[in-house]
Amino acid sequence: MVGLGFLLGAVAVALALALVLRWRNGKFVPARDSGTRTNPEPGRPVLTVEEIGIELGDRATLVQFSSAFCSPCRATRVILADVAKSVEGVAVVDVDAESHLELVNRLGIMRTPTVLVLDPSGAVVTRASGIPRREQVLTALASA
Amino acid sequence: MTSPATVDPRGLRFAAAITTVVLAAVLLLPPPAREILLTIQLVVFALGTFVGLSASPYGLLYKILVRPRLGPPAELEDSAPPRFAQGVGLAFAAVALVAFVAGAPLVGLIATAAAFVAALLNAAIGFCLGCELYLTTRKLAKTFA
Repeated sequence: MVGLGFLLGAVAVALALALVLRWRNGKFVPARDSGTRTNPEPGRPVLTVEEIGIELGDRATLVQFSSAFCSPCRATRVILADVAKSVEGVAVVDVDAESHLELVNRLGIMRTPTVLVLDPSGAVVTRASGIPRREQVLTALASA
Repeated sequence: MTSPATVDPRGLRFAAAITTVVLAAVLLLPPPAREILLTIQLVVFALGTFVGLSASPYGLLYKILVRPRLGPPAELEDSAPPRFAQGVGLAFAAVALVAFVAGAPLVGLIATAAAFVAALLNAAIGFCLGCELYLTTRKLAKTFA
């Protein structure tokens, strides 16, 4: 009887966690100030061509932060590449988090994959972590 | 036996599904059936952790029964994080078994339930809690390196 209680409780916990994950993943939120608490840089962070390694897109740039052993990163890469192909003027780049730690710290990247949407000047407009759905990326691009 | 660097992710989900059912049974069964079943699951976790994912009986079941009926996988997954996740499962199963045998069934149920939650999440939505833990330990290691 006690065991049944634990089983039902565990199922409830799993359900709650699954819902939180589903809600969080791919949810694009407006970019906030960059920098750390001790070294704040007010205003939206701006990424340069040198930092991301490619030319900025005329309409927007999708920057994905990935790490090794990250299968959701692979899925996200596919989705972003598809969007970049379908929408005019959208550049896409994949940045390895482990070899760009200064960038990761400055932008407060906590998780991979994290996708940043940059406007034509390189300012970070909106960002999301976890695998985004195609519609979520398209909607996020509309705000760039 | 050498472990491949990548695995068919569908096999992992299949194994997680079996693990979920086994751990649910452990929660519901009376002793000594639950200790016996938990020991079997412990051995499965141990094989996956120390020998390799291809040594897991659930994985072998997938390879023999399920895989032939499916097309090739759309993509392959690195085997290191899921293997680490098997190790996390092993740790929880070991704690649970010791607790049951030592007469602390509540601790045993809690540890089993925790492993059950991880297995269920993996089987249902493909979220691997142990894999996330693996990435976190790698990040920490790099920070302190």
